[in-house]
Amino acid sequence: MNWKFFCDRAGRGLTLFCAALVIVLTVSIIYFISSKGLATFFTNGISLREFLLSDQWAPDRAAVDGGPLVGAKAFIAGSVLVSLLAVGVSAPLGIIVAVFIVEIAPGWGQRVLQPAVELLAGIPSVVYGYIGLSLLVPLIRTYLGGGGFSLLAGFLVLSVMILPTIISVSTDSIRALPVEWKHASYALGSTRWQTIRMVLVPAARSGLITAVVLGMARAFGEALAVQMVIGNTREIPTSILSPMMTLTSAITMDMGATVMGTTWNNALWSMGLLLLLMSLCFILIIRVVVRRGAVQ
Amino acid sequence: MQRMMNSVGNKMETKGLNLYYKNFQALFNVSLPVREHRVTALIGPSGCGKSTFLRTLNRMNDVIEGTRIEGEVLLDGNNIYAPGVDPVALRKKVGMVFQRPNPFPMSIFDNIAYGPRIHGIKNKETLAEIVEKSLQAAALWDEVKDRLHKSALGLSGGQQQRLVLARVLAVEPEVILMDEPASALDPISTAKLEDLIHQLKNNYTIVIVTHNMQQAARISDYTGFFLNGEMIEYDYTNNIFTAPRDKRTEDYITGRFG
Repeated sequence: MNWKFFCDRAGRGLTLFCAALVIVLTVSIIYFISSKGLATFFTNGISLREFLLSDQWAPDRAAVDGGPLVGAKAFIAGSVLVSLLAVGVSAPLGIIVAVFIVEIAPGWGQRVLQPAVELLAGIPSVVYGYIGLSLLVPLIRTYLGGGGFSLLAGFLVLSVMILPTIISVSTDSIRALPVEWKHASYALGSTRWQTIRMVLVPAARSGLITAVVLGMARAFGEALAVQMVIGNTREIPTSILSPMMTLTSAITMDMGATVMGTTWNNALWSMGLLLLLMSLCFILIIRVVVRRGAVQ
Repeated sequence: MQRMMNSVGNKMETKGLNLYYKNFQALFNVSLPVREHRVTALIGPSGCGKSTFLRTLNRMNDVIEGTRIEGEVLLDGNNIYAPGVDPVALRKKVGMVFQRPNPFPMSIFDNIAYGPRIHGIKNKETLAEIVEKSLQAAALWDEVKDRLHKSALGLSGGQQQRLVLARVLAVEPEVILMDEPASALDPISTAKLEDLIHQLKNNYTIVIVTHNMQQAARISDYTGFFLNGEMIEYDYTNNIFTAPRDKRTEDYITGRFG
């Protein structure tokens, strides 16, 4: 056995080991979250229906008083609402900015806008939260009423945070389009706007959907910044100015107060499991969209 | 020669055309007539400026930053580079087929209907009529009539190039520019395309860039020979290939360079 042969074998072994390690890590994390999260239903006897559809959250209520109640509906609704609204703001904005960077002002857009977007992506979420807390919340309180801590503050902060993801993925997908399509469209007598609207954006569709879903996933999983500005009340928000709570903020708020193995603690893990399943869904959606785009 | 150069029967004409990319001059004082309902071929070695020249005829060079033009390009006697001329309206009259087939990633129907739609036709029956008529004219109808709503990217290269031609015909241009339209096609597809060009000249004025000299000889009525950004010689195709007046033209068509 010579040295070269040994290196070859060793290199192969090392890469295999690293790959296996990642798989083992992923599987064990999923196993741990699942076993804890499912215990709520199997060990503590809470029905899935109650967990998903009840908004009664009193995990520390004694059994004699009918507790503990771990209905997570308010948090689920909160997470869905705040993410959808954030995407509702960021998706059109991000796609339009991407079109601007690639098609309208390629020179200036790439020199100035793109670095700005990258910088935006690099700001830690606690800083976003802090800005929201000290700027946005008082503004809302003064001009729109209420306490300021609100769904509105939450999705505005989130929409700025997911903007870089949407812009950069959209930019890449528009830039990847063959220039021939653009030329063909111009040669048929279309204006730039018609070319963008009827050829380029539809052609980049799968990339743009991927961008939006990635933004949505990021919004859904964001905890810290949102938690700082939404007020954290355990109720389904009734207006855009009401305070609210999300799955992630419910976990961070409560996790220090619970004891491992209790229904309360397990219910938090169930929420974690729910977040995991949601991100799995987002990944699947992206896979399907990308595959469809490739087939076309 | 003098008779040919006079402006009666000229659909398009360039006069003293210079073109610069930033500081690089790509065309030198090109004056060339494009006769109505005739096929004009532009030949010459790679990089001689023939494609660049072609793209001045529908202002597609405008898309490239740093391009500057001197001289005149006339369409029906009017300078298309005059201030106030809308390149978008011009390109509706002067259509273009590119070197590589470039159908949009849409259905065959939507590809053809794209041009009419952007020019304001919304009526479904009208669009369907235009689509059928254009595909018929491009000799593609029989091959695709059962799959109009399938993606155009599923067609063969030759079919795609005829589709692109049909897409141009759908906007009813007056002039069709073709930039080496057969260079990516197999011999059978090329023959079909050449037949098509032959039929189309009854209704359209055609300018075609090719580096295939046999092709130029087969399909064109007039030929212009380009070299290093200059137009060396323009004449009846027959004359160019049998009795060229310029030594350089002769060298090129006899295969001494290029």
